[in-house]
Amino acid sequence: MTMLPTEFADLEPFAPKWCLPSEPGRYAMRLSSSMDEMYEFYEAIHPRAAAAISHLERFDLYGLPEDATNLLHLLYSMIMVSFPVEAWGQPRVPDTGSASFDCFTEPAP
Amino acid sequence: MTQWPKPPEGSWTEHYPALGTGTVCFDDSVSPEFYELEREAIFKRAWLNVGRVEDLPRIGSCFTKEITIANASVILVRGADDEVRAFHNICRHRGNRLVWSDDPHQETGGVYRQFTCKYHGWRYDLQGACTFVQQEDEFFDLDKSSCGLAPVHCDIWNGFIFVNLDARPRQGLREFLGPMITGLDGYPFEKMTEHYDFVAENNSNWKLFADAFQEYYHVPSLHPQQVPPAVRDPGAGFTCAHFQCDGPHRLVSTAGTRRWALPEECMYPIERVTRSGLVGPWETPDVGALPDGVNPGKVDPWGISNFQVFPNLEILVYAGWYILYRYWPTSPRSHRFEATLGFHPARTVRQRVEHEVASVVFKEFALQDAGMLGGTQAALETGVLHEFPLSDQEILVRHFHKVVADWVGAYRREGIGAVG
Repeated sequence: MTMLPTEFADLEPFAPKWCLPSEPGRYAMRLSSSMDEMYEFYEAIHPRAAAAISHLERFDLYGLPEDATNLLHLLYSMIMVSFPVEAWGQPRVPDTGSASFDCFTEPAP
Repeated sequence: MTQWPKPPEGSWTEHYPALGTGTVCFDDSVSPEFYELEREAIFKRAWLNVGRVEDLPRIGSCFTKEITIANASVILVRGADDEVRAFHNICRHRGNRLVWSDDPHQETGGVYRQFTCKYHGWRYDLQGACTFVQQEDEFFDLDKSSCGLAPVHCDIWNGFIFVNLDARPRQGLREFLGPMITGLDGYPFEKMTEHYDFVAENNSNWKLFADAFQEYYHVPSLHPQQVPPAVRDPGAGFTCAHFQCDGPHRLVSTAGTRRWALPEECMYPIERVTRSGLVGPWETPDVGALPDGVNPGKVDPWGISNFQVFPNLEILVYAGWYILYRYWPTSPRSHRFEATLGFHPARTVRQRVEHEVASVVFKEFALQDAGMLGGTQAALETGVLHEFPLSDQEILVRHFHKVVADWVGAYRREGIGAVG
């Protein structure tokens, strides 16, 4: 049973962990993941992001099939891990040990 | 670094001579006594923004707002006549909290046909009138028509819902906002209905947190990662293009850059692939001509204007989207920070991805501020130092603390007058 459109079968190994529908879910996954896991995911998806967006642009945003919705959620997770990978070098924003910032409303999908 | 022209007086600060140029004392952010004065002098007198009309989309839409510092819980509701009203969240029968779910101390919301008190079942309609008293004939001389919910003054400006807890507000909302803030009349907030909402409990005084969002002097130091390492200049400063004060309110505008025209190394890979980042989508929907008041300093190229509406609302206006901050004091050393990002509803996947990037990057850097300011609070509370220098780039910090002191001073003088 696959989760993503067949054109993106190469990203399938990351789908069970990173196809997450909500920001709190993605942020929690980021904090509980190792940097190695995030590097591996980011290095796989970043070169495919432009193609994924082009693929999804063929659909109505508010009528995406299930596999396309999963791919969109995978792109959101790419965005979520981008700063740990590109800037921070760690899952948490540095020097924020005492702070939290919770998203409680977000658009769908 | 671009040098922007300063006013003829030589500095923004000296352009407003009442501000002075001396050191500033931040005891107002640690003192429990001062917090008690702010409760009466500011939060029970000023117009307070509690939400947007989009938060009450249809008849019966309702949310409650806990205004801890004012000892108030307020119901906001769109009535059967489509009017937005505010009421104290108190049942007229035995004083029970009327609208709540699970925990009476937590805010709640939803769509209601009427309000029913959980305690003895008294009911109120959406306009606040008492419509049902259980076993009414057991009461003595009870006039149900005089048992409506206690109203709170409520008014709307450009879709922003304000309340005023004063028995008789000293100014109407529009007069209170004044010409600089109402210069935003006509900015299409109502079209930007795709919202992200965030909340944070922060261990700093509400003013210290607001201070970090009304100057950009700290940006190169606290947020160097806003630009990639290849183009990071360790000696970089930041100069704002325009500052303005109007009554108790403040504004700062900064210049903009055409992100897509920058060399590749100026952008993080995530920005290049999504065409979005810290300052939002590179290209935003054409919203037509913006009102002149959005950029009163006529900054060109204009990037952002940051309006601080006294006491605790900040509106950051970009060409095609906006951010709101609200700082709700919960103690002298803590506050609840609310942030909302508003976009035009995405029509395509690409636009949704652009918004998601802006939202995620916003959280990265807001966390840097939030992570640091508890330390500012703790250091000020040691009481070792009391006077601090502020630069011209921090003029709005100076103005904010002066306005707070002015309002507290006015309240104190009235108190003395009343006693004498």
